[in-house]
Amino acid sequence: MATNALFQNGAPQSQPNWREALPTLFALGYVAIVYFLLHSIDRSMLLFPLWSSILFPMFVISPFIILGLKIDGRLKVLLIAIIGLVLMPILGLEDTFYLELITQIAIFAAMAIGLNVVVGFAGLLDLGYVAFFAVGAYLWGVFTSNANTIVQISGAQAAPELFWLFLFLGVIAAAITGILLGLPVLRLRGDYLAIVTLGFGEIIRILVSNLSNISSNRRTPINITNGAQGLPGIVGPPLPDFLVEGVANLTAALGIPATNVRALTYQLFYYVLVLGVCAIAALVAARLDNSPIGRAWTAIREDEVAAQAMGIPKVRMKLLAFAMGASFAGAMGVIFAAKNTFVSPESFSFIQSIFILAIVIVGGMGSIRGVILGAVIVTLLNLQVLKNFSLLINSLKNIDWVIPIINFPIRDWPQQLEPARYERFVFGLLLIIMMIFRPSGVLPAKRRQLELQAAMGKEEIPEAEIIADVETIKPEDLLGNQPKEQS
Amino acid sequence: MTAVPNIASSTQRSPLEALGNWLLQYILRPVLQILLFVFIAGGSISLLALVVGFVLQTDWHGIDILRVPARINLFEQVVRQLPNMLLDGITIGFVYAVIALGYTMVYGVLKFINFAHSEIFMVGGVVGYEVMIRLRAADMLSSLSPLVVIVLMIGVAMVICGTLATVVERVAYKPLRGAPRLVPLISAIGVSFFLTDFVRGFQALNRNVFNMPYPTDQVTFFNERIVLAQGVSTTNTTLIIIVSAIVMLVGLNYFVNATKIGKGIRAVSQDQATASLMGINVNLMITITFMVGGALGGAAGVLYGLKTTNVTPYIGFIPGLKAFTAAVLGGIGNITGAMLGGLLLGMLEAFFSALLPYFPALGLGYSDIFAFAVLILVLLFRPTGLLGKKVDEKV
Repeated sequence: MATNALFQNGAPQSQPNWREALPTLFALGYVAIVYFLLHSIDRSMLLFPLWSSILFPMFVISPFIILGLKIDGRLKVLLIAIIGLVLMPILGLEDTFYLELITQIAIFAAMAIGLNVVVGFAGLLDLGYVAFFAVGAYLWGVFTSNANTIVQISGAQAAPELFWLFLFLGVIAAAITGILLGLPVLRLRGDYLAIVTLGFGEIIRILVSNLSNISSNRRTPINITNGAQGLPGIVGPPLPDFLVEGVANLTAALGIPATNVRALTYQLFYYVLVLGVCAIAALVAARLDNSPIGRAWTAIREDEVAAQAMGIPKVRMKLLAFAMGASFAGAMGVIFAAKNTFVSPESFSFIQSIFILAIVIVGGMGSIRGVILGAVIVTLLNLQVLKNFSLLINSLKNIDWVIPIINFPIRDWPQQLEPARYERFVFGLLLIIMMIFRPSGVLPAKRRQLELQAAMGKEEIPEAEIIADVETIKPEDLLGNQPKEQS
Repeated sequence: MTAVPNIASSTQRSPLEALGNWLLQYILRPVLQILLFVFIAGGSISLLALVVGFVLQTDWHGIDILRVPARINLFEQVVRQLPNMLLDGITIGFVYAVIALGYTMVYGVLKFINFAHSEIFMVGGVVGYEVMIRLRAADMLSSLSPLVVIVLMIGVAMVICGTLATVVERVAYKPLRGAPRLVPLISAIGVSFFLTDFVRGFQALNRNVFNMPYPTDQVTFFNERIVLAQGVSTTNTTLIIIVSAIVMLVGLNYFVNATKIGKGIRAVSQDQATASLMGINVNLMITITFMVGGALGGAAGVLYGLKTTNVTPYIGFIPGLKAFTAAVLGGIGNITGAMLGGLLLGMLEAFFSALLPYFPALGLGYSDIFAFAVLILVLLFRPTGLLGKKVDEKV
């Protein structure tokens, strides 16, 4: 009865309603199918690496698909929240590798959003961005590590409870570093600035790997960063017991065998934390972009001299961009140190800066949504797809598989060419290809795309418009006032 | 009326006189200029070293990190090490100068920092290794004249790296001509990363090696020591590096200043649009610039390999940055400046490598910072470099 009534009432409008509901159904179907498939594969399968590196990226990009579909705004938010806060954690509890991956993605996404403020909004190429990340990481690391540093000896260690304060301090410290770097170098032109920031990043790395003794007496060394060995035993914030119990209950309810519930809780905690920071970063960046500050950055990026002539305080705006960008990296640095429990200078090398730059380039300079998608693509490529290809090749070698058609026995695939070890090759190629074919990124910011097209002379003015322009010019216009004088 | 006999006399110059003029202008003058630069760079760094040694020998002025252990007399150490320091500085300085030329030439014509040049340099080092290994496999390394070995190594590296640089320009930079400056720079970073791993993969497949030690011990000539003065001696390798670098610098000077192509390159670097109106093939000139710069980078790679006797696919980055710093120091876009900058930077590096170990609070780990510090300081206080001209920003 009820269904009948519903049908009769809804019948006249059912056709358009049905059409409007299609994207929603598609989104739901997509997420459900991908999630179900991802659930059903397990590590014992031969082709697990292949399936996992196809299905997991498909799952992670589902929020972007939802954002691109014609769905009611509130429904979009709801769906994405369900994916991010319900489906992903459950999947992560079952296989913590996925949780680790998504946390890494969020860390890099937040940093890329920060770099995007510098590169995408203000147009300042920063090749030493990882230095600010290092500032945050070492700030928390030095004060809580159990290494034999001056902090440890003098007993000035920070209590784990101070994590939240240090998160804030990390933001401040990185922002100040950004201003200190920016003050002298911002007069420089774009490409010089890039090289100087690169040099600055290297200076920070060399400093942290050498500040293991600053005393002139070798018998009483003053150790600050523990040098190249890095800082082990960094702690995270204490978690309230009810959280651990909650996770224990959850795993029990889902029937997941959990051996170390506390570690699992920490993983889940960091996931939620970085997701939150990432969301705040995205929000702040989006608000900035649409604010007078953001417009000033756009103006500086497009024409510095003209912007100055319009009264925009160039140096102050550039410094603000540097400080804003740096502060995101500083916050992520603190979280990274706590999450990894270990930091060493190797985590802050030049390739890391390029990695974050690649995220911004691939995603689309200036586009926040694009940059997050870029973080998904580049991080998954680096941490999952390349590694899984190595695993796949190894497991195929074990069963002595022969590639059909070209008749190539996989056993002959040389050991030296493990895909996981060639990330520079892949990123280098990625950067070149992006620059040549799509310099504005996968999800470009409209304005940036126009700028690039205009600069490269690809701006296409429709022919009709040109003709119209020509037609509106009358012979009288060209002759000036002469006809009038004649008459 | 008086002008006529002058022209007549100049056209009727004897061939010997013409040869003399040519020698004077294209060989003697650049050589003297290079020697002058060596003198300036060496002199200023010696002075710096002596002053630092003198000032810090007993008193550290309350700065603890500058304190030297009491048993060491820093001034005596500086005086004792000075000749070797200078020799070391000249050798590495010439290598930097040759690399810096590649950066500066490309910057001159395209106003673009060729970030991948450091990797072209690295490929040169690897090619030098390959040539030596192949010669050794053919049992020719010890039987051939050492001069032939050197010429072969440098020649092959120049050909391969020149070609490589041309290909890179064609594939990764040419489609981006006219784009905002950052676009080709990012592409160049991509090329640099790509080449690093490409060479690593290639050598892993080819020989299953990562470290590529030059078999210089197989050629006795390389290791023969020459005594320059009492207590100061060096190997023939050092001399080979210095002489080949000077030959290349003089050759480049001739190429740029005396040939028609060189004239074309100079014209393009001054004003691309006008040069093309004058009938100069701008694209060809750019390609030739990349080829010459790449060839020099490759040769520098071989020289660097001879000096350090070990190359890896990752050696390009730091020397590349130092050479870029050298180019900026001398005034980027300025060929003479790159030579001076390279020598100065090499001397500075030798200075820091010689002095840093005496400070317990510092140590050699910091020796790479100086290049970046110099870069930042130059850009802050004299962005046009030592020999560069001031260019106003165009609106």
